Amino acid sequence: MAETVLFIIFGIFALAGAVIMVWARNPVYSAMGLMLTMFSIAVFYVSNSAHFVAAVQVIIYAGAVMTLFLFVIMLIGVDKAENRSENLPVQRPLALTLIVLFGAGVVVAGRLAWTTGVRNPLNPVNGTVEAIGNELFRRWLLPFEITALLLIVAAAGAIALALFTDDDDVEVDA
Amino acid sequence: MTVTPGWYMALAAVLFVIGTGGILLRRNALVMFMSVELMLNAVNLTFVAAGRQLNVLDGQVAVFFVMVVAAAEVVVGLAIIVAVFRRRQTASVDELSELRG
Repeated sequence: MAETVLFIIFGIFALAGAVIMVWARNPVYSAMGLMLTMFSIAVFYVSNSAHFVAAVQVIIYAGAVMTLFLFVIMLIGVDKAENRSENLPVQRPLALTLIVLFGAGVVVAGRLAWTTGVRNPLNPVNGTVEAIGNELFRRWLLPFEITALLLIVAAAGAIALALFTDDDDVEVDA
Repeated sequence: MTVTPGWYMALAAVLFVIGTGGILLRRNALVMFMSVELMLNAVNLTFVAAGRQLNVLDGQVAVFFVMVVAAAEVVVGLAIIVAVFRRRQTASVDELSELRG
């Protein structure tokens, strides 16, 4: 019962946040809408007993990623009036048609079966830090190490993008 | 009325579709980028719900990896947006359509 109430309330929040994100004229409002959606999804994680993932969602997404987005929005400037006219002639009607078709396809596929595969007969999953750690550092150790490498490469790439100026002949001495 | 994982997946599908709409309808590179994040979040919710349905922890581990990749993607993507903005003074993808460097 409690889960139903939570689902309805935060489902509305999540959808409202997503629509605000797409609709808002001001990118700051878009970021706020996305933040609302991410918090609602964290609540859904908790109701699906994914406690560790919920904490990571709030810290990484709603915290770090959205702060980064807001930094860049402030850097680029929010007061610019965005031109909302569309240059491609049939882009908007075509996009809306495709969105509706895609949504209908997903719903039709979901009515057949939301999940396939064999249900594990063991205890219900409980995403505690201990359970996730056991899984992550045993079966998924190599992928875990590779993501560390990926993060270092991404950080180095971001620094390289920010460091070199766009004048082709002048390069900043690093 | 109990909430089944199918409900979460249906909600995630709707969120994913809204994110697709953001990509297709908006012309601000930042908002398009946020739409990508929304789509990634929707898929993460699907992973968690499916993992609960099948009683396996792999869904939550997959979410963990998706989050790491998304963080790396945000870092590089926002750096590219800032680099493009410094050069062209715009974040609108329509004005960047010439591909002439």
